[in-house]
Amino acid sequence: MSELIDIFMIVKPWIGGILSLAGALLCLIGSVGVLRFPDFFTRLHAASITDTGGVTLALVGMAFLAPTWLIVFKLAAIWLFIFLTSPTGSHALANAAHTAGLQPVIGRDLKRADTTEEEA
Amino acid sequence: MGYFLGLIFVLSALWLGLSGIYEPLLLTLGGISVVIAILLAARLETVDREGSPYGRTIPILAYWCWLLVEIFKANWPVIKACLGADLKINPALVKVKTRCESNLAKTIFANSITLTPGTVTVEVEGDMMLIHALFEEAATPESFEEMDLRSYRAADGKRKEELAA
Amino acid sequence: MIETAAVAIVIAIALTLIRALLGPTLYDRVLAVNSLGTKVVIFIGFLGFVLGRPDWLDIAVLYALINFVSTIAILKFFRYRSFQVPLHRRPVPKVTAGQGGDDV
Repeated sequence: MSELIDIFMIVKPWIGGILSLAGALLCLIGSVGVLRFPDFFTRLHAASITDTGGVTLALVGMAFLAPTWLIVFKLAAIWLFIFLTSPTGSHALANAAHTAGLQPVIGRDLKRADTTEEEA
Repeated sequence: MGYFLGLIFVLSALWLGLSGIYEPLLLTLGGISVVIAILLAARLETVDREGSPYGRTIPILAYWCWLLVEIFKANWPVIKACLGADLKINPALVKVKTRCESNLAKTIFANSITLTPGTVTVEVEGDMMLIHALFEEAATPESFEEMDLRSYRAADGKRKEELAA
Repeated sequence: MIETAAVAIVIAIALTLIRALLGPTLYDRVLAVNSLGTKVVIFIGFLGFVLGRPDWLDIAVLYALINFVSTIAILKFFRYRSFQVPLHRRPVPKVTAGQGGDDV
């Protein structure tokens, strides 16, 4: 049993580093998506990769590197805050844009929807 | 009263976890902060079933575990769409009917949809939700059925019996 | 390895900043700033671990909260043109002929 714990203590920094790196790469992918996607509503989806996958992996990776349990608690608090606030922020953005009359692009050819279609 | 106790417990736990220094002075300051926060919350009239939903902690935690798996499954197609050479996306607006009645259940359902990459709740009107999806074929009303049922059970399950009793 | 992660986050922040500068509509810019804030939270955490001072996570907690509040405040301001109007007492303003409407 104690050998298992020793092995875990050796492997732990590596797991933490790899998970942090994966989270950072997911953030990078989200940024690339935010740059490439054609209109506001689709960019919202790309940004939500950063807010869910990227944040979770990066914070779990940091938790593996953390020296004390207090820091793990702080990381958990950050994760909880981001998971509670990011959908609210996304919804507020989408709702504000929709109320202001911003039309999303629809369909495979990415054309802007007519107002008549949007009402249906 | 139970709502106040739940809020006091959570705020105290948050202070103890974030502070990390357990001296009498700092503990006193923490107690004062908790009291001020509770007074402000009571003045805002937010200490109710929605403001401190800690009575349903276990069902909501179980729901979150299921939701995390769903979120990670939903990450893949969006990542592929971001990195693909040609943008293979098919955005659409869909309307979905929900069975949730209380505001708490509706909030949990709408936030779960928004949290899942690829779908965003744009508007909530009564029991209809307007959802913008990145892939039209993945966002049929049937695909939200399970999430709807689970968020209804997590927030409202057995509520009718509770109210009757 | 965590240094590499920090560098990747910096590149991601730069890309998001480009979107904030380009963004054709107001909402693109707010989205970019919100997303940038989330990345800055992670970056502060990484930086704390790189420099050996994980206490910086307190700053990250605060940054996460302020990021959310600022997003909501900006959106509320551009919807009602005022910070004073409570959200639940006023119906969604219809764009009328007299008032210009929202700049998109």
